[in-house]
Amino acid sequence: MKVQLIRLAHGRSGDKGDTSNVGVIARKPEYYEIIKKEVTPERVKAHFGDMVKGPVERFELPNIGALNFLLHNALGGGGTITLKHDAQGKTMSTALLRMEIEVPDDLPLE
Amino acid sequence: MKDVIRIASGQGYWGDRFDAPIDQVREGPIDYLVMDYLAEVTMSIMQKQKSRDPNLGYAKDFVRLMEELLPDLVEKKVKLITNAGGVNPIACMIAVRDIAERKGLKGLRLAAVYGDDILNYLDGMIASGNALKNMETGEDITIIRDRISSANVYFGARPIVEALEQDAQIIITGRVTDTGLTLAPMIYEFGWAWDDWDKLAAGIVGGHINECGAQASGGNFLAGWKDVPNMERIGFPIVEAHPDGTLVITKHESLGGLVDERTVKEQLVYELGDPTDYITPDVVADFTSIHLQQEGPNRVKVFGVKGKPFTEFYKVSISYFDGYTCIGQLTYAWPEALEKAQKADEIVRKRIQYLGLEFDEIHTEFLGYNACHGTTAPPIPDPNEVVFLIGVRGHNKKHLETFANEIVPLVLTGPPAVTGFGGGRPRVREVIAYWPALLRKEAVSPKVLTIDVI
Repeated sequence: MKVQLIRLAHGRSGDKGDTSNVGVIARKPEYYEIIKKEVTPERVKAHFGDMVKGPVERFELPNIGALNFLLHNALGGGGTITLKHDAQGKTMSTALLRMEIEVPDDLPLE
Repeated sequence: MKDVIRIASGQGYWGDRFDAPIDQVREGPIDYLVMDYLAEVTMSIMQKQKSRDPNLGYAKDFVRLMEELLPDLVEKKVKLITNAGGVNPIACMIAVRDIAERKGLKGLRLAAVYGDDILNYLDGMIASGNALKNMETGEDITIIRDRISSANVYFGARPIVEALEQDAQIIITGRVTDTGLTLAPMIYEFGWAWDDWDKLAAGIVGGHINECGAQASGGNFLAGWKDVPNMERIGFPIVEAHPDGTLVITKHESLGGLVDERTVKEQLVYELGDPTDYITPDVVADFTSIHLQQEGPNRVKVFGVKGKPFTEFYKVSISYFDGYTCIGQLTYAWPEALEKAQKADEIVRKRIQYLGLEFDEIHTEFLGYNACHGTTAPPIPDPNEVVFLIGVRGHNKKHLETFANEIVPLVLTGPPAVTGFGGGRPRVREVIAYWPALLRKEAVSPKVLTIDVI
């Protein structure tokens, strides 16, 4: 079945210049592998479309059940230059958590 | 040697809740209070203040805080480490000394850590082969040389440890990494070696957790914000550090907030790059080695952290003038709120053309509709209201000022059911851009100056 990523994960986003970092954290340890399989850099790039002008990098933190995404050229020039209302990309995390992913039909969800 | 020290975060950024550091000192036992004040744009503002008055250029709010808090710190023997010194840590230290003397406090040693401000040495450094190329774009610094307004090296824990070894209780630094503020007391108290990479890395992880204030203790907490008690008096994080590098993240019991594995995890991934390569001046930490374990209510153990040797560079943060921005806004109400806002956007863009205004960028957003989530947000059929935001960026100040006059007239000349113009004409702001670069460590050396209140 398809569910929104927010059912399986929480997270937080921050900024480094024009790069937005989005940390995606599994709500339960057993969700991590599913998230890792579904939330690929390619799919994240497609999810954001024109909002992310540069490449998307993904790093794994299995120790805390998290993935860290770097979305390059995503903040309109970054910090003080940008004209975006969300200048630091503080809400990019929940924008990513809207993404629909495929999970097993019998996966226990809260 | 102590078997535990308690390092409390007093502030996540300059402008954070003013009484949080006061609560950290008064609501329970701590050994250290650490406070971060600096952002790139701050350094530029401080240089401007210093150029007008050589006794300024630091965080004046910090000095005001000391009026209230310094007697408590002295009485409880709590040490304070802060980068509130900005581009003038010595002047900041003297201002604090004056408060101490006025209040009749005795036996207090203050230290200033400086040497990070390289604004006046840039030409010499560039001439002697330090290219200071933009780390992200590779561009040559000569293209912004005449527009630079501040340039600071990020020092790590070393000069703070030196100040602690000189028995200073109040340590005021210039540009020091946020993580260094928390790492330094661990090195000093536990006598950690400068090549004990795993322990140094553990201290950096503690610093990363402390550096954004309540973001580690229930603030901005996506997984469970509704369950965070007493957010109106949220307890900021406290790192309990042990000699073996094990940490416990906690908070004062009497205050609000929440510390659990989820709050700590959210802060760990905040502003994170490659987790295996978290570079600081003292050590490179590996965030994929961090282990967390809830060991009681509002207590999370952090252990197993691995580190590796530092690089031969300091990071340098340079700020420079890069034109102007102006952002105007109006609110359109139901019915057809979005269509009205879109029409307003079309009108303003046609006016920009008609008036011959030139900008590097024009950017429109519809707040209440898709400003935050852009194209990832599903359409809303008929929103009750939409805020039309239009921003421009450019180098011709006159063109921006003309643009600023184009928003409010829409109230009488554009689509109906419009409000939200109470703020009047939007402000034209200077853009201070940020130029990250690397500098070989031997090009600069941090300095420590202490003074005593006797």
